[in-house]
Amino acid sequence: MGFEQFGIVSFTDTTKAEKFVEFLKNNEIRGTVCTECGTKFFPPRSDCNSCLSDSMDWFPITGEGSLLSFTKATFAPAGFEKDVPYMLGIAEFDDGMKVFGRLDKTLDFDAVKAGMKVKIRTVDLEEDRITYVLTGA
Amino acid sequence: MAKVAVIGVGQSSFVRAYPGSIRELAFEAYREAMKDAGLKSRQIDASVVCSAPEYDKQRTPAGLMAEYLGLNPQPTFYVESVCSSSSSGLRTAYALVASGLHDVVLVLGFQKMSEISSAESQERMGRGADIQWEAPFGTMMPAYYAMYARGHFEQYGTTEEDLALIRVKASTYGQINDKAVFRKAVALEKIMEPKYIATPLKMFDCCANADGSSCVILASEEKAKDLCDNPVWIKGLGMATAPINMAGRDTFSGLKCAQLAAKQAYEMAGIAPSDVDVAEVHDCFTIAEMMAYTDLGFAEPGGGPDLIRNKETYREGKIPVNVDGGLLSKGHPIGATGGSQIRTIVLQLRGEAGEMQVPEAKTGLVHNIGGVGIYGNVTIFGKE
Repeated sequence: MGFEQFGIVSFTDTTKAEKFVEFLKNNEIRGTVCTECGTKFFPPRSDCNSCLSDSMDWFPITGEGSLLSFTKATFAPAGFEKDVPYMLGIAEFDDGMKVFGRLDKTLDFDAVKAGMKVKIRTVDLEEDRITYVLTGA
Repeated sequence: MAKVAVIGVGQSSFVRAYPGSIRELAFEAYREAMKDAGLKSRQIDASVVCSAPEYDKQRTPAGLMAEYLGLNPQPTFYVESVCSSSSSGLRTAYALVASGLHDVVLVLGFQKMSEISSAESQERMGRGADIQWEAPFGTMMPAYYAMYARGHFEQYGTTEEDLALIRVKASTYGQINDKAVFRKAVALEKIMEPKYIATPLKMFDCCANADGSSCVILASEEKAKDLCDNPVWIKGLGMATAPINMAGRDTFSGLKCAQLAAKQAYEMAGIAPSDVDVAEVHDCFTIAEMMAYTDLGFAEPGGGPDLIRNKETYREGKIPVNVDGGLLSKGHPIGATGGSQIRTIVLQLRGEAGEMQVPEAKTGLVHNIGGVGIYGNVTIFGKE
């Protein structure tokens, strides 16, 4: 309940990691950390593949990240046509956490460069949907 | 490890829209390979069927193909690793034969992509990615590989023109491969026109969807000596995976799954990259071939652009790569592609590659990747 609201199009209704969406509604991007061995995960995992535990806490990803790579899509897969052109990118934050997602559509796409500083912000979409984007820091 | 040989190969023409159903498409490759091997269906001990799901409506395709090809009641099953499905199929068949469980195993790869639109095809490919955390943003293969192109440009100063030269090469050989979708030369200026799909990749940096099938027949050493005049031997195999999500990747300028798979294959075959006489690499996008040059050890990191600029990967060069036109000219019917690459290398080593022949090729390599480097398969073939 709730996870189907995440992203532009959802393919997953049910996941034990659905709390992610609650945090998004609170303007937070959170990953999970294993309470047994301390391994941190983003995207959030419900199961620790390091020690097999399923006891996870949520930790916030904050501050500035560095944009590692990006692309501007001028052709979309079915279901995403109305967003074209849109940018996808991946950025690295503290603790080596990498975050993949859309770039903020208010950015000047032609000014986006690898290495630029970014932060994450949540964005409300139509029809009660919610997502996050990488935006200029 | 027991010796396993390829005793028959076949493929359909790769076309935009096959005027028939998937079973009829599959039969084209099957017929050619069975005639090549001179076998009857009862001589096949087991079959492995390979394709990417959700392009046609047939569920459990192995069962269908076994019936249509005449391979009941022998064992059959489905093997999938998206674009490297038929290489994974070959690996599976190799293990079945090397273990002694079966003596002759057939690998059938097929894909009919024309039943759905281009946008729907990309939607399927976008779900060949993490559907919980990445597909919701509108992922697709061109976008993923484009991020690797950007990473390569940042790391090594590679340019769009360096990538375009790879398409020029592909189009040179597409002209002489009558099984290819693209049969015309494409000029550099045309490739450089700013028709972006996902920056920095443009239209001609991308392979085309296609319909096609491929078939490879493996045999044990004993059966190969009995049934075949010109067996080609599997000398080394490697397979490795990388996280399906981008957040799990270390770098964006090479494919780790390919590097690891290549290392395994070279070690098993007891050879170095410089011993390879001819190679088929997974050029779904120009950047994919560029990365393969380094991932396979044909060039040092950053040395890829020089290799293509100096034409070293042309037929007359020091390491001929994709001299059958590659995926860029042949098209990429997902499940069939690996088998087509394998067929080309087998023909090269038999001396049956016609105008594409690399003189005296003795050692060949196939590099076949699934998705944006989720699965890496490298297989090495030899004449002895």
